Amino acid sequence: MDINNYILAIVTTNEDKDKIANGSTPVFYADEQEELEYIAQLISRLTMSMVHDLGNGVYILIKH
Amino acid sequence: MKHWQMIIAAVVVGTCARLIMLKIDYRQYPGYPHGYIIHLTLGFIAAALGGLVIPALIEESYVAVTFLALAAQQFRAVREAERDFLQELEKTELVKRGQAYIEGISKVFEARNYLAMITSFITTLGYYVFDLLDYALVFRLVGALSSGILVAYLLHILMSEKTIGDIAEVEVVELEFCGPENKNIAVENVVIMNLGLNESLEKWKKYGLGIVIAPKDDNSRATLANVGQRQAIIHDVTTQLGVQLDLGVQDYTPLARLNLNTGRVYIIVIPIEKDASCIKEAVNNTPVLEGVKRRPLASKVGQEAAD
Repeated sequence: MDINNYILAIVTTNEDKDKIANGSTPVFYADEQEELEYIAQLISRLTMSMVHDLGNGVYILIKH
Repeated sequence: MKHWQMIIAAVVVGTCARLIMLKIDYRQYPGYPHGYIIHLTLGFIAAALGGLVIPALIEESYVAVTFLALAAQQFRAVREAERDFLQELEKTELVKRGQAYIEGISKVFEARNYLAMITSFITTLGYYVFDLLDYALVFRLVGALSSGILVAYLLHILMSEKTIGDIAEVEVVELEFCGPENKNIAVENVVIMNLGLNESLEKWKKYGLGIVIAPKDDNSRATLANVGQRQAIIHDVTTQLGVQLDLGVQDYTPLARLNLNTGRVYIIVIPIEKDASCIKEAVNNTPVLEGVKRRPLASKVGQEAAD
């Protein structure tokens, strides 16, 4: 079963930790921007979802 | 076998009509050799049925004409078979045809059998008329063939669908990037996609293209707004120009969005061949799907509201 248009995961840096309140979605923290890109890309490939940049350092993964 | 010349002429013309219709429109056709056999055989059966009507009437066996009802049943099954086939294939398509396109294609397949049937019916009618006028066999055959070919040609013209080029102006434009860190892809200030990954962003910047489809009037605006019609356009463009896409790399999925203020349709795509004039051509040649065609201007309310 596919879960569409639903936030699958959140990826952000340790710096921007405060921007996310706790919820049901798994959150991944990266030390720096490069690691963030890598984690986001890997999860995106594995879950067939798409990475979106909220513009404030928080990346969300959504399956469309 | 009193009427065999008549019947054979009809079957030949009808089957040929079906064969030509198979070739005319390559995009309506999935292009597998077994498909040709299936549709040619069915076209042959349709032509045979159409060709038997006049002989049956001449022989005054009126009940025999009820076999036409059977034919209608049979050809409805063709439509279902074609729909099922395309729907099964849909799961394997990177860029979907869309439900509306599939419906349109299967409807065309059903209709073309009826066209073969009508063509062969008119052929026998032509033969019969020349027969009544006491012409020699050669003239009867020529009369039958020419009436069949004329009807097939007329039907072809009547049945030809409009294309996007008829109802809209197409333009190929460069993509715009806006928003924080320029991560939103836009066309004419309408944001279409947000990209998180820099790698994908680079790809779009380098190879991406925007297509603007401007409707010519309110009728075409309503037609283009249909999601199925937009998907059909994307499918046609990507089958002809290619698309750089695979499972797992959803970031390169072509998308179509509407400008709500003007009704213009914007499509973003990463084609394999980045050739603007060919892309324009591909969009122009996409058929306007029968099922989604809207004509608000034809109604009184729509007409008044448009003023």
